[in-house]
Amino acid sequence: MCTSTLDDPLPIEVLISTVAALLEGVHHVAVGASSPIPGAGALLARALSCNLADTTPCAQRLGTPEADLEADSGVRSLPRSRRVRVSILGSRRHHAMTNGGVELFDLAATGRIDAFFLGGGQIDAAANINLVGIGDYPSTLTRWPGSFGSAYLYHLVRRVILFRLEHSRRVFVPRVDFVSACGSSPEGEYRPGGPIALLTGLCLFRFDRDRRRFVLQSVHPPHTLEEVRDQTGFDFDLAPGLAATPLPGDQALALMRGAIREEIAETYPEFARTWSQSFETGGDRSETVAKIGAALQG
Amino acid sequence: MAASSANQSAFSKPPVERMGGLFCASVDELVADVGDGSRLAIGKEETGASLAATLALIRRKVRGLHLICLPVSGLQADLLIGAGCVETVETSGLSLGEAGVAPCFSRAVRTRRIRVIDGTCPAIYAGFQAAQKGIPFMPLRGILGSDLLRHRGSWKVIDNPFASDHAQAAMGDPLVAVEAIVPDVALFHARSADPDGNVFVGRDRDGLLLAHASRRTLVTVEAVSDENLLSDPLRAGATLPELYISGIARTPRGAAPLGFAESYKADTAFLNRYARLAASDDGFCEVLEELLGMHRLHGAPIGPAMGSRSDVG
Repeated sequence: MCTSTLDDPLPIEVLISTVAALLEGVHHVAVGASSPIPGAGALLARALSCNLADTTPCAQRLGTPEADLEADSGVRSLPRSRRVRVSILGSRRHHAMTNGGVELFDLAATGRIDAFFLGGGQIDAAANINLVGIGDYPSTLTRWPGSFGSAYLYHLVRRVILFRLEHSRRVFVPRVDFVSACGSSPEGEYRPGGPIALLTGLCLFRFDRDRRRFVLQSVHPPHTLEEVRDQTGFDFDLAPGLAATPLPGDQALALMRGAIREEIAETYPEFARTWSQSFETGGDRSETVAKIGAALQG
Repeated sequence: MAASSANQSAFSKPPVERMGGLFCASVDELVADVGDGSRLAIGKEETGASLAATLALIRRKVRGLHLICLPVSGLQADLLIGAGCVETVETSGLSLGEAGVAPCFSRAVRTRRIRVIDGTCPAIYAGFQAAQKGIPFMPLRGILGSDLLRHRGSWKVIDNPFASDHAQAAMGDPLVAVEAIVPDVALFHARSADPDGNVFVGRDRDGLLLAHASRRTLVTVEAVSDENLLSDPLRAGATLPELYISGIARTPRGAAPLGFAESYKADTAFLNRYARLAASDDGFCEVLEELLGMHRLHGAPIGPAMGSRSDVG
């Protein structure tokens, strides 16, 4: 990173900028329940796509590898058609639907949502996700909130990004106890959508749909490949260009801590409060992540 | 069930015998006819949850409810479960959002005090949509390969009868058919009603679907306006006609401590306290008492005679 007027990015800010990078090129991204970090990432992607006065290309502002390629292209503005639309469930301001809760699902089924986020109490090697609980269903020992729209949206949204802050062997298991939504479908079955990536507190995996396996793409500094191996309960492949996850640049960071934090506060006030406390007071960063993690998953 | 749910005569509106027509003098009167074992439908909380009427059900010690969440719930369902009113809950999700897991729900599942019918949001919407059309089922995409389908007797895999492509026709094009969901009663909180009993739902159109699919609809409203909603071109399109309504109670702050529309925000301090206290049975009783007290304080006189203009419509 260049000389910084702001502090170094917090771990959640690296995640938010990574989410925005995964959304490059989408027309409409929707964000579901209990998803403050994906929500902030989507809002960042939109802000970057709308920032007409800023001559810095999106990729450079995000610090993605494409930065150098785009730096000379002189991208000054994006046409309206390339601006990212964001729909955040539970938001009144960042939500343009007028036909009730069913509209999200109708939009997905008609190909009008390009990206969505799903999580899971358990996620397995084949990208099956479990949002229901641990144990022998229905006598689950630990009960989670439920499957929400996952069983549907996983099949219909082309770019599903799996997001789970906690990276541990209790989350990343060889085989989930309950399949809320399956990672892939039999050949020939109608399924335009599915997983493209898994973002965690430690790293970013891509999902190889043909081979039905996760591929480790990058590890967030200061974490290591060994940590990822230790904390993952299934086998995965390594990308040829495996590297450290790019950190957000100063502009993206300033944008996040200002406008994006205010925008996400409407839907996730506690998240926004914890976030600003930690960069204002320079508080314990790992504690911030732990608190936000606790809020996301009981 | 499927045959009767397709029968439109089941939706005929019962006669209203109250003194004030549709308008009830209190939330207790509003829910007086919601009997033990009713199939009760509620919406997701950000579109208007009637906490006031929910507490009235708890005060009355209603038992054996089959609670249907369109398509998820939080505090409202957790309160009913914690107070022992619920036998079965049908939902796609139940959590307190940022405040964490729904403690009474989690405990009741663990101790097997309730039966859970796990769904997924679009399937619950589709069940209500089938009901509002008076048809027995609705087909939809996705869901195949999920354990939800494996555990759900009332969802069937059918073949697309219109598959045109030869290859697809040979292999089949499976779709999931979900059974119609016909609640006995729908209950929600809305912005306002007019003296004729039309209810303004604004952008929160799930209120329309709740009412269209259910046999009866009970609504609490923030305010009662003087003007007929259907004669206002700006609001008519977001109005639920009196045709569907069985009872209305004017209940300012009826969704509190949850937030409601543009009127008030959720009391996050209370929700966090609830999440902590309701983790035990004793703690739940304590926090429930607090909530009952809170709503007793703004138990307001009801009805259009108040002449209060809606400031939320």
